[in-house]
Amino acid sequence: MAYINVPDGVPGIRSLVMFRPETGKPLYELAQVLLRGPSPLSPADRELIAAYVSHRNECVFCRNSHAAAARCLYGDGKGIVDELLKDSDPGRLSEKMQALLRLAGKVQRGGNQVTPDDITAAHAAGATDVDIHDTVLIAAAFSMFNRYVDGLASYTPANESEYDEMGRRMSQNGYVLPSRPTHSTNQ
Amino acid sequence: MAYIELNNQLPGITGLLENRPDTGAPIRELTQILLRGESTLTELERELIATLVSYRNECRYCTSAHAATVRALGGTEDLLEKVFHDPGEAPVSEKMRALLAIAAKVQRLGKEVTASDIEKARASGASDIEIHDTVLIAALFCLYNRYVDGLGTYRPEDPAYYQRLASRLVTIGYSRPKDGLARKGEELYK
Repeated sequence: MAYINVPDGVPGIRSLVMFRPETGKPLYELAQVLLRGPSPLSPADRELIAAYVSHRNECVFCRNSHAAAARCLYGDGKGIVDELLKDSDPGRLSEKMQALLRLAGKVQRGGNQVTPDDITAAHAAGATDVDIHDTVLIAAAFSMFNRYVDGLASYTPANESEYDEMGRRMSQNGYVLPSRPTHSTNQ
Repeated sequence: MAYIELNNQLPGITGLLENRPDTGAPIRELTQILLRGESTLTELERELIATLVSYRNECRYCTSAHAATVRALGGTEDLLEKVFHDPGEAPVSEKMRALLAIAAKVQRLGKEVTASDIEKARASGASDIEIHDTVLIAALFCLYNRYVDGLGTYRPEDPAYYQRLASRLVTIGYSRPKDGLARKGEELYK
């Protein structure tokens, strides 16, 4: 049960943006532009950063849903998602993605954790300023989304297979503000 | 100098939002709704939540900016000092004390918030939407603080800069000023 009166049975952030669509609109727009908008990073790589930060913030809903989206988007290469999240092994990722994930991990702990050396290392591994910007902002944004979802104790499905369908929807449709279900009694 | 090249020479978050209008627009819109939109929490109360979270995230730019905004809205040094160091004694309503306690938990991690934190807020008169907005403001400043410090943005030392910034945040709010920023007295840095 969520801490506030959100629609029953709707998981995670979807239930929260149905409760407060005014703030939901810019939240979904931010997710869409950050994870699907123009960027030198592929949507799959950006979903992986989102899942990694959510994992470190212990946000099960965001980790599982964004990991599922990343698996869909990587297709045949989907094995790297669980290698990173379950086995903590980034070995098959590019040098650049490894450097960007280290940067995202620092941002997850706190903005002041990032040092000029981290930026130099990312540049040396081939990251551009835009790669670095997008990585830092995705990590910062998921430090918000994770706290929003867990701070209000929104519904987190326990069965991992329920996230497969979410991941498919996220990979195909992106982030579209859901409308409140008409059968809801929580008017 | 920020860690990355920006298309402008504005300090802190202002430089980042101007550099990337695509991500800047929804961030600004969200902030305007949460901190300046219709609410049963006053602007001062909402700014206090932003200031407390920024302080606890050790983001000096955001703490200076929002503390200056609290002052511009009539908050005292004593209020700020107590909120930072002795929140149980802060001269705010019992409801605000409970909401500030929730914000402090959110700053650490979402799952730190417990049902009894929520019960306490509700017992002191907080509504669902006030609890929602408190959690989302606290979460949003966890984004801002990381964005500003994670990219090593320029942080002016001059207190007058933060007074000019606060004056904009009180009069215009968080929407993008239509006539540019430099003319508002937020000078370019060298």
